[in-house]
This record gives sequence, C-alpha cells and structure tokens, in this order.
Amino acid sequence: MSESNTPRQANEVESERPETLDDEVVLDVALDTADGAMAPSVIPATSQGGQIPHAASGSVFRQIVTGNAMVSVLSVLLAIVLGGILMAVTNPKVAETAGYFFAQPGDMLTEVFRPYVALVQGSIFNWAAADTAGQLYPITETLTVSTPLILAGLGVALAFRAGLFNIGAQGQIIFGALFGAYVGFTWHLPFLVHLLVVVIAGLVGGAVWGGVVGLLKARTGAHEVIVTIMLNYIANFLLLFLLTTPAFQRKGSTNPISPFLDQSALFPELLGPQFRLHAGFLLAVLATVLVWWLLKRSTLGFEFRAVGANQSAARTAGINVPRAVILVMAIAGALAGLAGIAQVSGTEKYLSGGVAASIGFDAITVALLGRSTPWGTFFAGLLFGAFRAGGVAMQAQTQTPIDIVLVIQSLIVLFIAAPPLVRAIFGLNPRKKTKATGGPGSGTMPSGKIESGAATA
Amino acid sequence: MKLELKGITKRFGSLVANDHIDLVVEPGQVHCLLGENGAGKSTLMNVLYGLYDPSDGEILVDGKPVVFKGPGDAMAAGIGMVHQHFMLIPVFTVAENVALGNESTKAAGFLNLDETRRRISEISEQYGFHVDPDALVEDLPVGVQQRVEIIKALVRDAEVLILDEPTAVLTPQETDELLDIIRQLKAAGKSIVFISHKLREVKEISDIITVIRRGKVVGSADPSASPTELASAMVGRAVSLTLEKKPAQPGDATFKVRDLTVVDHNGQHVVDGLSFDIAKGEVLAIAGVQGNGQTELTEAILGVQPHVTGSIVLDDVELLGKSVKQVLSAGVGFVPEDRKIDGLVGTFSISENMILDLYDKEPFAKGIGMKPALIASHAEKKVEEFDVRTPSIDVAVGTLSGGNQQKVVLARELSRPLRLFIASQPTRGLDVGSIEFVHKRVIAERDNGTPVMIVSTELDEVLELADRIAVLYRGKLVGIVPAGTSRDVLGLMMAGVPEHEAELTAHKTLEGGTHV
Amino acid sequence: MSTTTTQSGSGTPAGNAPSRPGKTGATELVSWKAGIGLSLLAILGTVLFGFMSNSKSAGFGIAEAANEAASSVAALVTFVLALLLSVWFVYLWFTRRRSGLASGSGTVPGWLPASTVAAVVVLGLAALGVAKVSKITLPSAAVGWIASVILLGLAGYTVYRTQAKKTTPRWVGGTFAAVFLIGFMVWIVAGGNGDEPSISLAGLIAGSVTLAVPLVFGSLSGVLCERVGVVNIAIEGQLLLGAFSAAVVATVTHNVYAGLVAAAVAGALVSLVLAVVSIKYLVNQIIVGVVLNVLISGLTSFLFSTLLTADPDGLNKPGRLPPVDIPFLSDIPIIGPILFHQSLVGYLMYIAVIVVYLGLFHTKWGLRVRAVGEHPQAADTVGINVNRTRFWNVLMGGAIAGIGGSFFTLVSVDAFSKDMSGGRGYIALAALIFGRWNPIGAFLAALLFGFADNLQSVITIIGSPVPSQFMAMLPYALTVFAVAGLVGRSRPPAASGIPYVKG
Repeated sequence: MSESNTPRQANEVESERPETLDDEVVLDVALDTADGAMAPSVIPATSQGGQIPHAASGSVFRQIVTGNAMVSVLSVLLAIVLGGILMAVTNPKVAETAGYFFAQPGDMLTEVFRPYVALVQGSIFNWAAADTAGQLYPITETLTVSTPLILAGLGVALAFRAGLFNIGAQGQIIFGALFGAYVGFTWHLPFLVHLLVVVIAGLVGGAVWGGVVGLLKARTGAHEVIVTIMLNYIANFLLLFLLTTPAFQRKGSTNPISPFLDQSALFPELLGPQFRLHAGFLLAVLATVLVWWLLKRSTLGFEFRAVGANQSAARTAGINVPRAVILVMAIAGALAGLAGIAQVSGTEKYLSGGVAASIGFDAITVALLGRSTPWGTFFAGLLFGAFRAGGVAMQAQTQTPIDIVLVIQSLIVLFIAAPPLVRAIFGLNPRKKTKATGGPGSGTMPSGKIESGAATA
Repeated sequence: MKLELKGITKRFGSLVANDHIDLVVEPGQVHCLLGENGAGKSTLMNVLYGLYDPSDGEILVDGKPVVFKGPGDAMAAGIGMVHQHFMLIPVFTVAENVALGNESTKAAGFLNLDETRRRISEISEQYGFHVDPDALVEDLPVGVQQRVEIIKALVRDAEVLILDEPTAVLTPQETDELLDIIRQLKAAGKSIVFISHKLREVKEISDIITVIRRGKVVGSADPSASPTELASAMVGRAVSLTLEKKPAQPGDATFKVRDLTVVDHNGQHVVDGLSFDIAKGEVLAIAGVQGNGQTELTEAILGVQPHVTGSIVLDDVELLGKSVKQVLSAGVGFVPEDRKIDGLVGTFSISENMILDLYDKEPFAKGIGMKPALIASHAEKKVEEFDVRTPSIDVAVGTLSGGNQQKVVLARELSRPLRLFIASQPTRGLDVGSIEFVHKRVIAERDNGTPVMIVSTELDEVLELADRIAVLYRGKLVGIVPAGTSRDVLGLMMAGVPEHEAELTAHKTLEGGTHV
Repeated sequence: MSTTTTQSGSGTPAGNAPSRPGKTGATELVSWKAGIGLSLLAILGTVLFGFMSNSKSAGFGIAEAANEAASSVAALVTFVLALLLSVWFVYLWFTRRRSGLASGSGTVPGWLPASTVAAVVVLGLAALGVAKVSKITLPSAAVGWIASVILLGLAGYTVYRTQAKKTTPRWVGGTFAAVFLIGFMVWIVAGGNGDEPSISLAGLIAGSVTLAVPLVFGSLSGVLCERVGVVNIAIEGQLLLGAFSAAVVATVTHNVYAGLVAAAVAGALVSLVLAVVSIKYLVNQIIVGVVLNVLISGLTSFLFSTLLTADPDGLNKPGRLPPVDIPFLSDIPIIGPILFHQSLVGYLMYIAVIVVYLGLFHTKWGLRVRAVGEHPQAADTVGINVNRTRFWNVLMGGAIAGIGGSFFTLVSVDAFSKDMSGGRGYIALAALIFGRWNPIGAFLAALLFGFADNLQSVITIIGSPVPSQFMAMLPYALTVFAVAGLVGRSRPPAASGIPYVKG
C-alpha cells in the first residue's frame, strides 16, 4: 500500500485519482515542465467527473493543450495589457495627454496605443507604406526573424519531451554558426553544394555541443541545466577568442568579426533582394515537420518520449536510456545549430560575437509557449518573431525601447506556465466553485490538497 | 489514553476509501487492523495522524473530540506513527532525525543535540534498543531505522503508536524482535495500532483485531479466531486457496542460472552464488522475505544490474552481458515488481504501453517509422483478450486501476512467443478478481510449455502457483523444495534455516501449533 | 562458462538524486573519476608549468602599508596570535587523532584541519609582514617543474588508491589544488611581458574579494533556496533588480542606506514571484527562474531606457558606499587591505556567510530547513509546514541576493546600466554547486571565481600566455567538472526542484 506519497509522486497531482486505493497513479513524468502546468484545475471539471482525459498521443502536452487554448489566449492578452500599462506609465506624453483626458480622450488613447500600432505595423502589415512591397515588408521581416527562433525553439522543445531541460540552445547556436561560418568562408564550393555543406557543418557543430551535455548527463549524471548554462558561457568565450585568431578574424579588421561567407554559402532570398526573407525559413518549416514526424511516428521519438515520461519503465522495456539521452541532446543541439546557420547564412552573412544574440534564451520561451509540441513551437516562434520584428519598428517610430518585448514575452510564458494564476486573475477558477459546493464525488479531489499545500503561500 | 474514531469517512473524488469507520483503541492494548492491500488501512491511519482531513466523522481522545490539522496536532495529542516508508532523512544522524520538529535548543535557537542524545540513550536503555545517536541513518539497517522511528515517537511522549505494515521489510528475526518491542511498549502502558495483512503476526501480537474490507469495518475478531476465518473475513468470501490447474509436465531445462552473483554499489553481495534450472512447462517460484535479493536476481536476468558475475543461459545462449533489448528479443517476458515505476509509462496511452518493448519490432515499425494503425488494432485486440476495462485504448494508462494496469503489462509481455516468462510480485496490490485472472494467465503460459519464474513475497501466491519453490535468504539459495512443502517449513527457510533442519523444527512447533 | 559485465544501461543518467540511493563518506572517492580528473589536470599542469615554462622569474609584489608604524605593530601581534593558534590547532589535531585511533571512534572534527590550514596561512602572511618583505620572486622553470612533479605524484597516488579500492585522503585534493594554483600563478606571471614580470599579489587578492562580493551574496541566496528544496535560477534577476532598486531609491532618497534596504526588498520581490508561482502554482522552478531572469532583464532595461536615461540626475545618481577601514585590523600587512578595507556591503558579506552557516547547521531553524530540502514528507510528518518554510526561505534568499545586487550600483559603479549584473547570477549558481551547497564552500568558490575574474583583467595588462577568454571560461569549466563529479562528488539536497504537495 502506498497511500503516502513519495516526493516524486507529489508532482502528479492531477493523476491522483485512485481507482483502487493502493493504486493511486504514479505517472513518472520526468518532465517537470508539465507538472506545474498540469496542476489539478488544468483539467476541465467536465473531464474529471468520470470521463478520462483524452490522451491520444499520450503526451502530457496534449492534455495541457486540450481545453487550454483559452488560457493561452488570455495569457497573451494579459501580458499585452500589462506591457501596455508599463509603456503608458513610463511615457511622458501619456501623462501629458491624461491631463486633458476628459476634454479630448482620443489624444491619450492614441498615445497609449501608439506603440502597439507601430508594433503591428512593423510585424504584420504596414498600411502606411507606399507600395505593396512596403506594405508586405513587415510580415516577411517577421518570418525572417522567426526562423532562428523556431529552429532553436524546436531544439529546446525536443529535449523537453525527453525530460531534459536544454538551456543550452545559446551555446549550440554559437557552435552551429561557428562550424557553418568557417566552412562558409574558407571553403569555396559551387552553389547549393556549398550551402548544403554549410548546413551540415552547422548541424554537426550544434550536435557536438548538445551531445556533450547528453554525454555528461548519461555517463556522470551531471544535471543538464547546470551543464548547459555553463557551456553557453564557454561557447561564447570560445567564439570571442576565435574571432581574434587569424583563422576567423576578417583580414584588415581590428574588430572581432569574420570574413563574409561566400555567396554560394548563403540561403537564397525568397522574394528578391528588397526583402530579407531567405530560404532558411523553409528549412524551419521542414524542421518542424521532421520533428513532428520524429516525435509522433518514429521509433526514436517513441524512445525519447518514453525516457522523458518514465526512465525506469523505458529501461525495463529495453530502451537504451543513456543512448537516448545522448541522441536527443545531439539532435536538439543540431536543431539549435541550424538556427546558427540561419543567422550566418541567412540574415547576418558573417560571424560575430553577437551571432546568437539572445535567440538561445528566447528559444526557451518559444518552446514553453509552444508547449513543446513541434507546431506549437512553430507558431510561438512566429509570434515572438513578430514581437521582435515589430519591436524594432516600434522603437524607431515611437522611441519605445525594444526591451518591452522581453517583458511581454516573459510575462506570457509565466502566465501560460501557471494556468490557475490566469484563471484566478480572470475569475475563471473552477476550483473555487467546487470548493464552495464541496460536493463529494465532484471529482476534484486533488484540488483541496493543493489548497492546503499552498495555502501558506 | 483512549482513542476513538467515530464514523470516519474519507473520499478521494468518487472513490470512498474509508466508509464510516468506527474504532476504539483502549490504553495498553494492541489493536490490529487487518485488511488486504488496498482495503483502506493506511488511509485511515493517515486521517488519524492528521495527514488527511477526514471527509466526515470525528476523532475522540479520552472522550473529547479533537481536530488534527496536521501531524503536529496528532503528536501533541500523544499519537505517534511509524510509517511503512520510514520518514527519516537519510543524510541526517539519528539524533538529528529524532530532534527534528521537537528540538531542544540553547539560547538564540542553537540546537542542543546533547539533550536529544541523552533522551535517545534513555529510551534505548529502557527498551533495549541499540542505536548510536551519531550514526547516519542511511548507513543503518532497516530494522534499526525502524527503531529510530519508534524512538522518534517515544521522545514525543506518544501514548498511542501506529505501526503501518511494520514487518513488510523485516526478516523473520527482525519481525520477532519488533514483536518483543511491541510487548514491552504495551507493558509500559502504551497503546499500539498494528496494521498488517499478515495473519501470523496479527494473531501472535494482538489483543483485538478489527478487519477492514473495501474501506469498511467488516467486524472484529479475537486473536484466537482461526486463520481461515480471519482470511475469509479479510477477503470477503471463503478463500479457495487452490487454483484449478493441471499437474505440470516439465520438459527439458532450457533456462539455467549458474553461480550468479550480484554486487551492489556498496560492495554487498546481494545475490550470492545462485544456481538453478527451470524446465519448460514448469513454474519455479522464488520465495523469500522482501529484500533478500529477489529484485536484483530478476534485474540481473533482464540485464539492468551493473555488477553481475556467473552465467545465465537460455536455450544455450548466454544472456549475461547482453543488453535489455537483446534479452527481451531472446524471448524473455518480464513483468516487473513495480508496474507503475518499471512496467508502464503512466502518461502514455494504453496502445503505446502495449508496445512499450515492441515499438521497434515488425509489424509495429518498419525501419525507423512506426505504424500507428497497426499499433491501435493490436491494442484493441489485446484489450479485449485480457479484459482491460477502459473507455478507449487512447486513455493514459496511469488513469486505470491497478488490476487493469497489470493486465496491460501482462498482455504486452504475453503477446509474443516466449522462451522464458518472469513475473515479479505479479499480483501485488490487486483485488481478488484480478489476482485470479493473473494466476490463470501465468498457468496458461506454463501449459504452453514456457519456463516460468514467479517471484513473490506472498506465501499464498507461491504455494498456489509453484511447481517447485526456491527460497532465497540474504541473496543465497536456502533450498529448492517441491510444491507441497508446508508453510512452516517454508517460513523457517525464509528465515535462513536449511531445508532438513527446517523440517525438523517445523514438526516440533506444529505440536504447539498456532502457525498459519 | 563465466562472464563478467558492467552494463552501462543501469546507471541512472539523471540528476534526479531522490531516486538514487546515494552514499557519502566511505564510498565518496572510490571512483574512477577522481583519479582520471586529477591525472588529466596533472598532465595539463606538467605541460604548461614544466614544458612551457620560460627562463624568466615571476615577481609577486606585496602591498605596502599606509601607516608604517601601525602596520609593523599589527603584523607582530598577528604573527604572535597566528603562531599560538597554529600550535594550538596542531596540538589539538594530533591529540584528537591519536585518541581517535586508539578508541576506534571519535575522529577529528571537521573544522579542525581547515582552521589549522587557515591559521598557518595567516601565520605565513604575517611573517612576511614582520620581515617587511615587499616582493617575492620565483624562478618560473624551477617552480614549474617542482609543481609538476608534485602534481603527477599526487595524481599517481590517487590512481593507486583507486586501484586498490581505497579511499583517497582528503588532503590529497586540497594539496593538489594549492600546488596547481601556485604553479599556475608562477607560470602565468612569468609568461608576461618584460624581463621580470610581476604583479601585485595583495592587489590581486583584494580585487578578487571585491569582485566576489555579489557572487557570494548570490550563491548564499542559492544555498538558502536549494537547501529548502527550491531551485533558484533567478539569482541573476535578483542581483539585477537589487542593483536597479538600489540605484533608484538611493538617488531619490539621497540616502545610500535606503538604497541598500530597497535592494534587499527588490531581491525579495523577485523571490516572491518565484515562491508564489513555483510553490503555490507548482510551476517548474527552473522555468520560473529562467523566465524571471528574462523578465527582470527586460523590465530594468526598459525602465533604464525610458525613465533613467531621461532623468539621470534625479533617478540614477545613487552615490557610493565608501570603503571603511576597521581600526587595527586594516593595518595588518597584506591581510588588512584584503579583508578589512571593505564597503558596508563587503562586511555584510562576511556576516551573511557566518550567519547562514551557523543558522543552517547549528540551529533549530537550519535543521528544519535542511529536512524540508531533503525529505519534505518526513518534515511534514513531524509537524513542519513544508511550504511555509520554503516560502520564507526563498524570500530570505532573494533579499540576500538583492543586497548583493546593490554592490553594482552602490559600491562598484555609481550608476545603473543595462544588464549590469552581466551573468554573475549564473556564476553564483556555479559557485553554489562548486561549494557543494554549503555556505562556506560557496563563499570559497565565489572567492575563487572572483580571483579568476580579477586575474583575467590583470593578465591582460601584463600580457600573458593564456588568452583572457580562457581565464573567463575557468569558472564555468570548473563547474562542469564539478557537476560531472570529476572533482569529488557533489550531491544536491534530495528534494531540490520538486514541488511538495501534501497528502
């Protein structure tokens, strides 16, 4: 009998619906990510009354997604509102116009909405532009900016699914870019072949840096969060060092930047030279499809998911867990490496110390917002790409610092990770209702426990 | 102190774990709660200890109603509990563990562990415990850890001591020592609530027995009641202890284990020089008290134990050194001891769990791609064949009941042609109906001509399934005896007494005979 | 037919310590990792210090005292005191050891060897002061080769012990580290420009201590949180918001002390979000930490770009907490300027380390905290409110990190700038792990990382054989080694990162 929870079981609140007493369910989800999001009230009350939550894919994420689109939308909304308030409060013009708000409310409202209008104009459609090209430019810019976000986000998401917290996309991007760029400006090959070789080099670079994490984790048990954080810095300093060496530094330049990549090593422009959008975006779409296939339809993905959900059971079923850990980190790294290629072969065209910008960290938020599903990550990447692209335009037009994008982005993720919080804010909390009625058999048994567990907070 | 429970009800969602339970514990009494796994004993005790809030009913101490908001309140009221899984912090010393929550302090909140050490020695002396207050708990044997738990309760002046399945992890000797301790505590005027499903201990130690079944009190019994009476009260119907099965028709011995030794991370020989054979069409049951090397033995065969020497041969192929995948491919079916940890991926659907170890085999996969349609139809078929009660094959397996979960594991493991079938604790925590089902399936596999190895700590199960019984004690083989061997002999062997000696002793005790 | 095998499939490849039956003490170092790790380092050391050494010698300048007379008195007093203490400790060590060997139990208490080493080091430094040595010059090649031989010997000894399945004594690791450090310093200084390159040792160390201040506060925050079972990745955010608030509040109130308090409050505020979201809403602690860092970075940068740049005089001119000399102690040569010439934040650092250490390991509060971090359920069953304990600890940790953040704007630079914590929160995290979740260990690790940081800037000035980027990498590389278990074994609190749900 094990009515008493082990700490490990404690995460699995939602599943604690014992059919028989001794068999309360131990869902050994190594992926803590889901645990938080899987707090009891995530499951709509209707599905708790005896209907068992549908889990066709068996993925924890699916369960979260079902019935939670609402929470996602509300989270985005809430974050945008909070961001708006922050911008309004810090904008002296808003204060100015607020002075005669009742006389001319339009002025203040215009002032409040101006940054967001600029953001939309800069990321989706610029109705003020002179020609169609100018009007469509923002959306292409969004796609361009999203490309590395999606690729790196997929790397983070894939590792998540195997129960690994890959904070190391930053380092993996750098390694991918490092390998790819080197091949791109030192080798001189024909068009397409060169690009292909560069892409492969990027994959290898990322895979090496990700694989190291997997190797350390599998062989020594080193925690991947710590290792990836540290490897990010190591990769960064290595990049900075290499850019001062003759092998990488541009001839005649004192700045730590590399030569330009050969034209043959660059992604072709998709819509002509007036747009920055390059074929890397197609690569991102392709990668999304591949990751989807990998997770859903391949034996390898089955292994990854099994290892992520219950390592012991995976091992007992003959899955080589260390191999899966190393492989998934290598593949995750390779995906992030592709993001590095999207930078050097796509937008930047050379290697610099800032090649990875903050893509590696944004990728984490992208994967979280996408709930670690491939398509979720894809659309989350598009959204954050739009924020980025629009943010630049917003900063130029309204002098609103682009940092606001970081604030909104992190707020979205924070809210999405804690659906009960969003529900509480919007007064949608089903928990309170069932508590009030206190109906036995209402099927929300764990909620009381959460209350008691968290009442102190 | 007199403790009363009146109409205690505890619900988990739609499930009623305790249904209007009444219980009175008189001072200086050993009150046994007897019930099957899953009957609701531990839930009741967790309610009593303040870990769960009762949905209904009240607790009275010396006639006055009390409400326990947490274990702290229960302790303050004089209730102490020794949990089945010890609540000790492995990296703390005994003194630190005992002090925790009940610290003696010097000025400014500084710990006064000397005071705690003094109290521990005091209690140790009184009851004859031998516990070093400065030993790290993780270095102590299980029996001693249990004493630390008892000391923890006594230091807090507990008058009522709840022992939740205290003998599950103990050897027979340790069990006897524990029973002695309980007698001493009783003599000192403490009340004991002793939770168990083991008839022998219950009869030996209790003053009064309350039987719980499916969350309800089904009656109380006197310790002098016959074991059959107690057993049938516990499981709710006359227990037929014999499964209808044909006599075994063993063929050639195709599974051979020789000099198998497993060394754990501490350098202990947890499996020590085991040699045995299993023939086709025969069930060899591995009997023994939990923790005598059974887990390591099965894991060594499966290939997940790191330091193994000796030889494991199946159909003239050496399995030792092979990967788990290779072992499974050699035709080994494996039902692990803990299905929730090792047998199933709780968040995966039934259909995914049905192919957990076949996911990369034809026809479910071709190359690296999987075949969802085939996987689903396979799951549909197996769900029907094994009578898994579920609304759909897409349901997460973790939401099923224990019995249905075990059926999924069995269905998976028996769904391919087997050369050897190993099942560890195949019916742990299952209801009677599921137990019967599982047992029938095991015998059916035997009758198919598969060598079967059953590991069980339940003597009943061993006797029911086995054609031959191998008894393990401290990783060593005490002996292999035929199916008809008496419980007394087996019990002694499980305590490490060699076969012939056990038979002699058993005859003697039988004359005094209260053994079940 | 007999085979022996080591199946790789069985190692639990995870940091999920709770499920792993861990063992400390006896089995700790009987692992191939220690031998391999030390051997690699020894070979590296031999190549660098031995083969790559040059004919130059390295000079280590020792700071001159401000007040000659006071300094020599202080040096003498310290020398005598340190001598007495050293003798006393050594005597104690030997008698304890002997009685321990005789009775078979009762070993040398853990603090004794450490204290003895500390006393001897102080003795040595004081002796230099008494002798009025102003500069030590060491020949690079000779020192390099001697160091190499010792390193190889120690590594060989470790491998031999491992082969014989015996534990390696603790002094081996300590000595190895010390010798490696000396060899490294001599090699790197001798590799500088000029005929006889030298650096100021006292300045180097004093600078290290200063640079270590935010790291120490950050890692203490981490210790407090992790020991109670909450992973605190948000140290970076706590430092940053601390720095920001200190700057703004100190400017607005024209009071640096108000800034200090505001920094603590700001750090606690970050913790509040971490605590509420992770403890109440059970969101994964690592996620919350990562997201909080992004949020704080965005928020402070945004506010900096809008408000602070618009009105720097009114919002971003906090003034400074000046360094304060402690009378007499600051006159001790070498030691004085290093330890006793600090700002208020620096002294708070010493206090915080001591208080956290004593609190965690010697008080009722600490016992409960550690219990909650190791086995929350056990703590719950003895009546400890797990989540409340966690909540307050996380808040306290945040406040401490916040104070560390004030270092940036009140001590180091007197104005806030974007992302000025510069990833030190992550180094603090590294220090916490390298220091094995122990306040003293974290303090020493932070000092080491501060040292690496300072050395990096010093050697860029004198020129050196090692690119500065590699010096900058050092803390991170060491941490990877530490978590991979190549340098001993580090075991986090068992329940760290796992939310507790009652019932």
